Amino acid sequence: MGIIKAEKVVFEYIRRDEEGNVESIKRAVDGVDLDIQKGQFIAILGHNGSGKSTLAKQINAILYPSEGTVLVDGMDTAEAEYLWDIRKEAGMVFQNPDNQIIGQIVEEDVGFGPENIGVPTEEIWQRVEESLKAVGMYELRKKSPNRLSGGQKQRISIAGVLAMHPKCIVLDEPTAMLDPNGRKEVIRAVRALNEVENITVLLITHYMEEVIHADRVIVMEQGKVRMQGTPKEIFSQVKTLQSLRLDVPQVTLLAHELQKKGIPLPDGILSVEELVEEIKKTSHRK
Amino acid sequence: MPIIIDHLNYIYESGTAMETAALKDICLTIPDGQFVGVIGHTGSGKSTLIQHLNGLICPSSGTVYYNGEDIFDEDYDKKTLRSKVGLVFQYPEHQLFEATVFKDVCFGPSNLGLTNKETELRAYEALKLAGVKDDHFYQSPFDLSGGEKRRVAIAGVLAMKPEVLILDEPTAGLDPQGRKEILSLIKKLQVQGGMTILLVSHSMDDVAEYVDRIIVMNAGTVFLDGTPKEVFRQEAGLQEAGLQVPQVTQIMHRLKKEGFDVDTEVVTLAGALENLCNVLR
Repeated sequence: MGIIKAEKVVFEYIRRDEEGNVESIKRAVDGVDLDIQKGQFIAILGHNGSGKSTLAKQINAILYPSEGTVLVDGMDTAEAEYLWDIRKEAGMVFQNPDNQIIGQIVEEDVGFGPENIGVPTEEIWQRVEESLKAVGMYELRKKSPNRLSGGQKQRISIAGVLAMHPKCIVLDEPTAMLDPNGRKEVIRAVRALNEVENITVLLITHYMEEVIHADRVIVMEQGKVRMQGTPKEIFSQVKTLQSLRLDVPQVTLLAHELQKKGIPLPDGILSVEELVEEIKKTSHRK
Repeated sequence: MPIIIDHLNYIYESGTAMETAALKDICLTIPDGQFVGVIGHTGSGKSTLIQHLNGLICPSSGTVYYNGEDIFDEDYDKKTLRSKVGLVFQYPEHQLFEATVFKDVCFGPSNLGLTNKETELRAYEALKLAGVKDDHFYQSPFDLSGGEKRRVAIAGVLAMKPEVLILDEPTAGLDPQGRKEILSLIKKLQVQGGMTILLVSHSMDDVAEYVDRIIVMNAGTVFLDGTPKEVFRQEAGLQEAGLQVPQVTQIMHRLKKEGFDVDTEVVTLAGALENLCNVLR
């Protein structure tokens, strides 16, 4: 069984007026099934308002499904007794780094989580050290977080989640507020966690370049899963993606347009290196 | 009349141990009607620079001339300046506050001392110009999607009828389609509305596609200044400043190295496509 399993999950935002009568109901997640295996790197794409974040928040029990069930490592998120175990196993990182850092210095911030669940002091220090090293922030452990760049702050947020020893980490647009360097730092740290520590990753993003290394890409629209597959399979379908208000990486689009002009290139080219190689091949054939 | 930035210096926490020079001797002239992209990594001084242009922060030395007048002169009317030079902050939708979209957009012009009729007319025009749908006018701005909220926030600035529009990362957090829509709206304001535009961005691909001129900031100075072609020619220099050339330009450079006779000055997708078709056929 997978580490995260969602069955026919529905979530409705219900607005009530002052007397408590229902004013409107908005179905943000509409019948989603997920089965994510341990150690996978999953990317979720979808336009603003497609239901990505609402789905993500059900994985660590910030929201509960209106219908259907979400199981994290076999525990039902709707059962109150599992709440703290679920939050330990599935950590979450949000968009704005400034909203999730509370410590005066970096190591204190990272130690906050384990301290709250009663980890012995010795072990807290050990966990802080390990986590900061995993995201490449150990040298800056004595700094004040407000003197760091956005990318560095996000890596501290990730370290804070890591110190809880989670099996799974959910990142909701962690790079949306960062510059290109900060984005690269964060994505590199996330990939390292997945590959080295074997932590299951769910990455929600609007940047197509960030998902090309995922094992599986899930595309959402109107609360439903519209497409699912490897990055190559997904990005081969340029037209469908554009109709879902999404895009493909610039290099993929260029390859697609060249293909249309009759230049023999394969579908779903994802990186600059790949395109250069393929162009070399076609010119040798002549 | 152009904007002239004359030997502008800005020092944070001057006279303390934390003293840092955010801007060092900046000299720039921005002609009317130009679409300028301002790029640079976090902390390069972009935001500090643009906040000087409508007088939000005062320089440590040097000054800015707008329409030939020194905007930091004691007698200069900053209120009028701010209606002429509109600034759209990062995540401008966080500043929405009124009960309806229409009222929110009215807020700016109503503070200019206009009649009610004139205020409403301006709000209507601005909402139309920003591409806000009619049936959203009387909805709460908080019920709209991220991209729609941002249009409303931009309309709030447009209702002031600015001559110069400065936008700090207007596409941050939007989905790809939303990014395209906002950028084409800004381009339209330049082409049809004749506005001068300063766009602060991290996305080289976007900047290359839309602007006339790029100013690259690094460590508080103007590092590069020129057309997208001129700036993206400096691949090594840009990397040093923590930036990258657009993906298509990277492809062209790589192909050139592999011995293909391609044009390495291409900065847009359409340009790359045309050039590659000619070379590969």
